[in-house]
Amino acid sequence: MFIQGNEACARGAIKAGCRFFAGYPITPSTEVAEELARILPNYGGSFVQMEDEIAALGAIIGASWSGLKVMTSTSGPGFSLMQENIGYGQITETPLVIINVQRGSPSTGQPTMAAQGDMMQARWGSHGDYEPIALSPSSVQECFDFTIKAFNLSEKYRVPVIILTDEIIGHMREKITIPDEVKVTKREMPQEKPEDFLPFKADENGTSPMVPFGEGYNIHVTGLTHDERGYPDTSSPKAHSKLVKRLCNKVLNNRESIVSVEEEFCDDADIILISYGAPYRSVSAVVKKGRSEGINLGSLKINTPWPFPESQVLKAAEKAKDLVVVEMNLGQMVHEVESVARDKANIHLISKIGGELHKVEDILSKIREL
Amino acid sequence: MIIVNPDLCKGCDICIESCPRHVYAKSEKLNKKGVYLPYLDNEKKCRKCHLCELLCPDQAITVEEEDD
Amino acid sequence: MSNDKVTTQRSENPFMKYLRKDRLPHIFCAGCGNGTALNTFFRGMEAAKIDFDNIAMVSGIGCSSRIPGYVKCDSLHTAHGRAISFATGLKMGNPNLDVVVFTGDGDAAAIGGNHLIHAARRNINLTVICINNNIYGMTGGQISPTSPKGSFGSTAPYGSIDKPFDLAELVVAAGGSYVSRWTAIHGLQLANSIKKALNNNGFSFVEVVSQCPTYFGRRNKLRTPVEMIKAFKENSIVKKKADKMDQEELIGKIIVGEFVNNPRPEFSENICKLSEEKCGKVQLVKSAYLNEF
Repeated sequence: MFIQGNEACARGAIKAGCRFFAGYPITPSTEVAEELARILPNYGGSFVQMEDEIAALGAIIGASWSGLKVMTSTSGPGFSLMQENIGYGQITETPLVIINVQRGSPSTGQPTMAAQGDMMQARWGSHGDYEPIALSPSSVQECFDFTIKAFNLSEKYRVPVIILTDEIIGHMREKITIPDEVKVTKREMPQEKPEDFLPFKADENGTSPMVPFGEGYNIHVTGLTHDERGYPDTSSPKAHSKLVKRLCNKVLNNRESIVSVEEEFCDDADIILISYGAPYRSVSAVVKKGRSEGINLGSLKINTPWPFPESQVLKAAEKAKDLVVVEMNLGQMVHEVESVARDKANIHLISKIGGELHKVEDILSKIREL
Repeated sequence: MIIVNPDLCKGCDICIESCPRHVYAKSEKLNKKGVYLPYLDNEKKCRKCHLCELLCPDQAITVEEEDD
Repeated sequence: MSNDKVTTQRSENPFMKYLRKDRLPHIFCAGCGNGTALNTFFRGMEAAKIDFDNIAMVSGIGCSSRIPGYVKCDSLHTAHGRAISFATGLKMGNPNLDVVVFTGDGDAAAIGGNHLIHAARRNINLTVICINNNIYGMTGGQISPTSPKGSFGSTAPYGSIDKPFDLAELVVAAGGSYVSRWTAIHGLQLANSIKKALNNNGFSFVEVVSQCPTYFGRRNKLRTPVEMIKAFKENSIVKKKADKMDQEELIGKIIVGEFVNNPRPEFSENICKLSEEKCGKVQLVKSAYLNEF
């Protein structure tokens, strides 16, 4: 199948079991909504165009509690509006997926040009302490695959998961393979009877089975700090600390099974290029070209910017003398690399903003100067 | 019979004000929660319209249908 | 002893069976109308013959939004102003649920105004009980979009200079199919209105003009709950009568009654129909729990 990245996200969502989409039109993400408006009714799902992105996230959280897998899509300005309800999704442990097709920013910026300026907003955009999960596809096939993965992670850990794609990947057309069978994580009902069930008590995964509304469990879901019953408990320092640490730890304690990176030629590399999303396409070409010129280059492609693959980056730093972060912003993920690896390797940034992908020759000439 | 639950009543006097038959009056002493509870000054006049029960914001009033 | 006899005979308040008893007494100030609105909701629900087990409540932020937390049903206490958008998703996701939103004047008409008018426009089957006390209670008495011109609040120390929203009229204009307004002393009328609202297959909006003696009353020479409800009694005018009066005569009055009762096609049903008619598919409910679908 020959489709666009945005369409692939929509197809991946359907395959993962998404049956509800609420969104608001915004370039360059609108094709995700358009595709789902067209195909969701074919799968017994529903689509609604909301009045703004705040409402879009509200609606998908409501639909998630009705017992559906849910998604929305947006770009920077809409992603900013969603931040409040992302925090709500975090504290109430609501599974949902957000596709953020990044564009030039801040503000309205460059609606039709690519960027990776929302990496830190995805990490820290809502108020308070929380641990997001985010995936960055660098091809149309990955748009499809990562969207399915996003749903599975979201269901398993009961967290909002963000796909951080960009205008280049979103609008690019490539051939993809849609498998007949994919592994899909479904929701489980609790074993306990309603009167014995504690809806916010952690099991071994760090969360609990999610019951939908209308099953007689009479659960209270609140954005306030709450106890295991879900009842607000807002003035106990202990209750707050227990809840927030549990929510963070359910991601951090499972970091190694959540994170995904791909290494190429890292074992003998003097210089490892670190990238995620669209710039990986340049990096991949740079590594091959560099090697043909006798420069020992390697590539570490980060599929999951959040939680940050700390041990994997550290391992790269132990192998190579120089780590070069290639990203389409003025330096965001490079700070994470620095905080993990600054004692082990020299860290460099090759940044590019304005909407165009890094040119292979531009990256190579900077590498030659190292 | 009318029951006012002293654990729930916050002493707002809405029952006293709204009862069409003036069944309630305000006690003169504060209870231990610091509330002037209403008391039944004229229970015989009650026609069991249940308005006090409906308006009581604290679900503190029960109007029983059958008297012994 | 006769006292013992009284104890054993004690029957329960008729609304207690719907409440989370372990959370009572609730946080509302003495004389706050929130508890009354809740009672009238239960009375209306019983009259409408709605199964309590089928009710799901959604609320935003503010005093009135704390109501669902005391009710023994599934409830979603959401972000400020956003309740109606969450409720839209919940209702669309499972159209079998009776979704009820408790909100206030600040929550529904200031920060959540956009969601309110769009839900009314869609005519999605939600029952919105908006407890309008003309003030921000939870944050300590700031003026709201419904504070009467000239009324005082902590952010209007010289009196409010703005024209307030008429919430019932706003929702009528936006397309709500059942709209009414009563005050918190109109217990029976309110219950009857809520019954009609629950039975209306569409967007229903019941405005409950309510007393906040603590913040509105104290700053506006209505210091006690009783003074506030007396003012409601004096100033309420039924809509039929008000329709024949001049604007001048209606200054300071509260127009109560039914504003609209005009059923029209409902949003979530339209969505289901679309799936069936265009794609031959029945809308799935709770599909996240299915192995194959």
